Amino acid sequence: MKGWLLHHRQASAQAMRRLAGTPLNTLLGALVLGIALALPAGGEMLLANFQRLAQRVAATPQLSVFMALDATEKEVADVASRLRKHPQTLAVHEVPREETLRRFKESEGLGEVIESLPRNPFPDAFVVVPRDESPEALEAMRGEYAAYPRVEHVQLDSAWVKKLDALLRLARLAITLMAAVLGIALVAVTFNTIRLQILTQQEEIELSRLLGATDAFIRRPFLYFGALQGMAGGLVAWSVVLVATLMLRGPIAELAALYGIEFALHILPLSDTVLLFGLAALLGWAGAWLSLTRSLHN
Amino acid sequence: MIRFDQVGKRYPGGIAALAELTFTIESGEMVVLSGHSGAGKSTLLKLIPAIERPTQGSVVVNGQNVSALKRAAVPFLRRNLGMIFQDQKLLFDRSAFDNVMLPLAIAGVATRDAGRRVRAALDKVGLLDREKAMPVALSGGEQQRLAIARAVVARPAILVADEPTAHLDDDTARDIVAMFRAFNQVGVTVLVATHNETLFAPCMTRRITLSHGRLQP
Repeated sequence: MKGWLLHHRQASAQAMRRLAGTPLNTLLGALVLGIALALPAGGEMLLANFQRLAQRVAATPQLSVFMALDATEKEVADVASRLRKHPQTLAVHEVPREETLRRFKESEGLGEVIESLPRNPFPDAFVVVPRDESPEALEAMRGEYAAYPRVEHVQLDSAWVKKLDALLRLARLAITLMAAVLGIALVAVTFNTIRLQILTQQEEIELSRLLGATDAFIRRPFLYFGALQGMAGGLVAWSVVLVATLMLRGPIAELAALYGIEFALHILPLSDTVLLFGLAALLGWAGAWLSLTRSLHN
Repeated sequence: MIRFDQVGKRYPGGIAALAELTFTIESGEMVVLSGHSGAGKSTLLKLIPAIERPTQGSVVVNGQNVSALKRAAVPFLRRNLGMIFQDQKLLFDRSAFDNVMLPLAIAGVATRDAGRRVRAALDKVGLLDREKAMPVALSGGEQQRLAIARAVVARPAILVADEPTAHLDDDTARDIVAMFRAFNQVGVTVLVATHNETLFAPCMTRRITLSHGRLQP
């Protein structure tokens, strides 16, 4: 056990020495891997931010229920009570047609147009806050409400949330695919780096074998090297994304303010950061492993 | 203890390098393996650490049948052998100290203990003051002594050397021979292949001579 720990300490120290021994190669390698990883990592950062924004903006999806224009007061009251009694209804906000008319008259520019109309063009309406916010439940409620007598139209105010949700899912898929492709690139780059290293250290490897080194002993420093180089790439990617986040934060906040949204771009979440470093190390290790398996047995 | 029993080695293409070799080297012996160039001395030595495998017969080292050893067990056999190669195989990218350190690093000897043993080995071959020197800065004789230090640092029971005095002038070669004798006197089994057996005459207790891959009586 002690010898095993010692071997690992020595192997990691040796890998560190090799990385430090060729600083330019190490730096270039880390840059190549880092820039490749920065694309999916940056995409992930943007996606996480959009998801946060979408959740906040669409925190309370609503259904707007519009009555027919010629619905009587009693019919409107009936629908109101049915809406209130519905088990899925959390709250109902009544919007009488007179109030809508008054609001539009007060509004700049539209007032005169509304005044010129012969009669009130607005129907009575209700805004319903649902208990269950899942798209399926909202869809079911819309169907039920639309079937109530004298209800002309039910609008799902969160239909766009559904679209956004689908869009985010698509973006997630695109980022995953990109990460997979670039992950393969990372493995390939490490594979080649380790292959070249094995070639330059052929003499030492052969001698170590003659002096009684096991395969594991010979492979260990290379595996550590692959993992460390992957992690260095992860660090570069993380830094690139951090700098991009900080640079985009101001302009995006301004843009959001124009839409009346208060929004600050967040840096890559901790869980994604851990994932980034872990995957980068794992892929580097895998590249080294493949390279060793190919090169050492020939 | 090393025992060869009806050992033959035939390379692909039908060339028989060794044939019908049967002999035993008891522990504590010093044996000189002589023979003309191409007689099969190097091939014979390579069978002991399982660098080559016999195509016939069996080779037993310290009670282990080397010829039937699994690949995974070979490293542990080699750790108990001290080997001096014909081409020395020093690593020129590291100091004398680090060259001698390699077998101990492979065996997993703790660093502080290993440093002490490396210095002891360098001291035995008279290179203690050159521990920081790179091999390229060492003379031919010093390089050979460095190779010997590396072979004995892990305190093997058996020392196997292939032409350790080749390319050395007579005085230096005699130093090397004296060194092998000293190791033998403290109980190490020594097997040295050489084409220059007269050098070993003062300490030769036993000689095995090869001719065209066979033992010469």
